[in-house]
Amino acid sequence: MNNFTPLSALAGGVLIGLASVWLLAANGRIAGISGILHGLFAQPPGDRVWRIAFLAGLLAAGFLWSFFFPASNNDSGLGAMALAGLLVGYGTRLSGGCTSGHGVCGLGRLSLRSLVAVVVFMAAGMAAVFVVRHVL
Amino acid sequence: MKNLSAFGAGLVFGIGLWLSGMANPKKVLDFLDVTGDWDPSLLLVMAGAVAVTLVSFRKIIARKKLDFEIRRVDLPLIAGAALFGIGWGIGGYCPGPAVTALAGMSSATLVFVCAMIVGGILARIPASTRWGA
Repeated sequence: MNNFTPLSALAGGVLIGLASVWLLAANGRIAGISGILHGLFAQPPGDRVWRIAFLAGLLAAGFLWSFFFPASNNDSGLGAMALAGLLVGYGTRLSGGCTSGHGVCGLGRLSLRSLVAVVVFMAAGMAAVFVVRHVL
Repeated sequence: MKNLSAFGAGLVFGIGLWLSGMANPKKVLDFLDVTGDWDPSLLLVMAGAVAVTLVSFRKIIARKKLDFEIRRVDLPLIAGAALFGIGWGIGGYCPGPAVTALAGMSSATLVFVCAMIVGGILARIPASTRWGA
């Protein structure tokens, strides 16, 4: 546990929670990133503008952060990233949420569905990392 | 006004992802690597975020009379969460961090996000028509 960063983790988590409360209070929307993203491509299109605004805010945060703290480049293999992205997109659409929608927001409103989803995706993620790092 | 608040919420959410380490795939993979050099930081990210939503979400939902669809625990929920978790463990990104990491302009992140959108579109096509049947 040489890389444990409790303070920044907790502070970042609180910001994520506050942002989710902000979106719920101001827009009446759940800050589930997979849902916001998938909704952009849904038929019928519906309300796209607030989704684009939220995602633009996320992206702006990335540019702002990299201005002060240059991030190391992600040099993962493109094939693995394509497979990972497909699984994440398909899986979050099928289960109706991801780390934010089921995790941060779903657990916050004490949804049993979300609790089950969080336990399953955490366990699956741990299993996948075990296979990739220690078996393959 | 609604769009401004959505932008602001996205901005704060994204800063939280970077500050917490969620936007760093290596940190995420170190958290999921429970049999290796385990980094429990992301448990605290979730704890900090849920502590905030837990004390406020139900009150806001009741006050605004919001009605969220209530579905039971079913097979698509479990299968979808499992597939998502496997992808998360391979790539180190869940959807939020992937979007904000696009700012790093790396092809790996771009490929991940494009594949994620395609995956979401594929999941929407009914199984009976998916293979031309």
